[in-house]
Amino acid sequence: MFVQRGSSRSRIALAGALSAGLVLSLSACADDKEPSGGTAPASSLAPIDCAPYTAFGDLKGKEVSIYTGIVTPEDTPQKESYKPFEQCTGITIKYEGDKSFETQVLIRAEAGNPPDLAYVPQPGLLQRLVATGKAVEAPTEVAANVDKDFGADWKAYGTVDGKFYAAPLGANVKSLVWYSPKEFKDNGYQIPQTLGELKTLSDKIAATGKKPWCAGIASGEATGWPLTDWMEDFFLRLNGPEAYDKWIKHEIPFNGPEATKALDGVGEYLKNDKYVNGGLGDVKSIAGTEFKDAGLPILDGDCSLHRQASFYAANFDKSTKVAEDGDVYAFYLPGETADSKPVLGGGEFVLAFADRPEVKAFQTYLSSSTWANNKAKVSSGWVSANKQLDVANLVNPIDALSAKILQDPKATFRFDASDLMPAAVGSNAFWKQGTSWITGQDTKTTLTNIENAWPK
Amino acid sequence: MTTAAPLTTTPVSKTEGKKLSAAATAKKKLTSPWASLAAVVIAVLWTIPTFGLLISSFRPEDAIKRTGWWTFFTNPLVTFQNYEAVLDPNEAGANLPASFLNSLVMTIPSVLIPLCLASLAAYAFAWMNFPGKNVLFIAIFALQIVPLQVTLLPLLQLFVSWDIDGTFWTVWLSHSTFALPLAIYLLHNFIKEVPSSLIEAARIDGAGHVSIFFRVLLPLLTPALAAFGIFQFLWVWNDLLVSLTFAGSPAISPLTVQLSNLSGTRGTAWYLLSAGAFISILVPVTVFLLLQRYFVRGLLAGSVKG
Repeated sequence: MFVQRGSSRSRIALAGALSAGLVLSLSACADDKEPSGGTAPASSLAPIDCAPYTAFGDLKGKEVSIYTGIVTPEDTPQKESYKPFEQCTGITIKYEGDKSFETQVLIRAEAGNPPDLAYVPQPGLLQRLVATGKAVEAPTEVAANVDKDFGADWKAYGTVDGKFYAAPLGANVKSLVWYSPKEFKDNGYQIPQTLGELKTLSDKIAATGKKPWCAGIASGEATGWPLTDWMEDFFLRLNGPEAYDKWIKHEIPFNGPEATKALDGVGEYLKNDKYVNGGLGDVKSIAGTEFKDAGLPILDGDCSLHRQASFYAANFDKSTKVAEDGDVYAFYLPGETADSKPVLGGGEFVLAFADRPEVKAFQTYLSSSTWANNKAKVSSGWVSANKQLDVANLVNPIDALSAKILQDPKATFRFDASDLMPAAVGSNAFWKQGTSWITGQDTKTTLTNIENAWPK
Repeated sequence: MTTAAPLTTTPVSKTEGKKLSAAATAKKKLTSPWASLAAVVIAVLWTIPTFGLLISSFRPEDAIKRTGWWTFFTNPLVTFQNYEAVLDPNEAGANLPASFLNSLVMTIPSVLIPLCLASLAAYAFAWMNFPGKNVLFIAIFALQIVPLQVTLLPLLQLFVSWDIDGTFWTVWLSHSTFALPLAIYLLHNFIKEVPSSLIEAARIDGAGHVSIFFRVLLPLLTPALAAFGIFQFLWVWNDLLVSLTFAGSPAISPLTVQLSNLSGTRGTAWYLLSAGAFISILVPVTVFLLLQRYFVRGLLAGSVKG
């Protein structure tokens, strides 16, 4: 009896799995066909003018492998932007995206099978990779491109011990505040030009009984990182870029008066019951809210302002219009005065582990303004710090805004501090203590705890 | 090890008598309606998260992101978009159909290789005499305490120097070596319990080691082999760490690696995960349902003496 029941059940289960497997393998076969027939111009860049690529010569049959943490959906525009180069030179680019890139690339470098090129998102990781001894310096063509088209600060982030290794690839701008253009228009709110005006605007919205700000810092193991961005933005604004650089290098203590001022500045917003947490709860709800969901209440009208990087645009679903006249948009988080424009951001750097001619050629292409403009045409949610990047090529309004902020002559760009500090601080104590700070710990204890975590 | 076996026979039979009465009372208590009710309640509670995941996988993106799955009952919106998205390599960026095949190609040899080697080794340890047997057995047993993580880097260096990195061999070899200590230990204990009279009778009939193994022991071993097989299958199928290190490249990466990338660079596409997860558990659930009887029987037989 039991056996019979069991066997009929298992037969059903087997049939189910077999048919599912069959469907999957059939579609796998179908997929295999696509790339081979797909050499026809699927790219939106067609028709391609091969003139800029003749200098690279004929690279037919050559292969360059890329390893990166950039996966879906940002990987498609990456691959698209290589197509003109691939078609004109005959090279094949093997793209491998992996979310565990940051740990795996070190393992691969140490084990002796690194990729040809790696897109490294943190200068700190770049230094560790160079320390393995497997990385090679950037070719002179790349250095020339970077000297011509990028600011000196960007070149410095790709330099280790005085040697230039890695050219910048993409960039993102973190000093942005998301808002609803419609709400601003209906209520006659103006985009604030100074920190003081931002405060006045927040008070004005709070006076209507609405909590103006929404925030969330939960992000799995990395819970707390959005708060570090808040603090870095305020540090940069209240203490200036020179103090910021010293703070990163630990030339001034982590818990000095500068840092106290910055964190208290953040506290005026994030620890203010009248300001937070619009549509999500009280101050403590910041710690438990996923950073991905924290800005969504703007769409419901429960929240007016949300400070988050340019890449946050991807969290709104496809029906949401992200534009100056759309459902949601962002403005530059203003400086102390209308003239000071500090910009906090991040980016990736292209590090090579091989110096074959085809690797050098592709590296040079990636550092050129030709690539930056090709990439701009196919991307959404991407921007480069390349000065030759034509803002008109950026499809997405938020990218155009980011590019304008980066290219502003008054802008002072600084890399995300937590990415530059030692891992024990930048991706551990800073996150954890920041989270405790939100849930009630005072500023002094928080900063002292982080200072104590700094490796001696 | 060898002397312990005959000593335990008498005490075991004594306790068995006690156990039986205890088991009888336990059985009586456990079959009461209240116990059944409790069992049903626990089963329901246990299933709710998976059930929620199943419902989530059919809800539209916006609904998943902004409301809990339980709101499905008041506002039932059903869509197959998530499944379409994860099965379409152009949209999801992860090629689940291809990696489904990769997972199978990876898993089946990673189960068969250790099973074959371990059953032969277990037989040798149980019924053959050779110098250094006990030392060797203890050494193998002790290997279980080596954490897998510390071996990843040296193994990768080895694979690179053998020039087999980026092939399925890396995964087959590493999973087999990680599985062998436990497999040999479990199967050894099982084989050891086969009454020696059976082996001796076979020997008197003129059977050598090969025919004893294949014609006497192998049929008896089936439940233990099946139990370890399921165990190893689930482990390899669900493994992320080993495949991430050795088989990260898109051409050979299994489902787990693709699933971990499915949510996107900054996790913006996490609503696809529930659909991806259900595709990935199809096979393990089937294997478990087909072989669950062996699973319980075999694990008890191999690990507990007497």
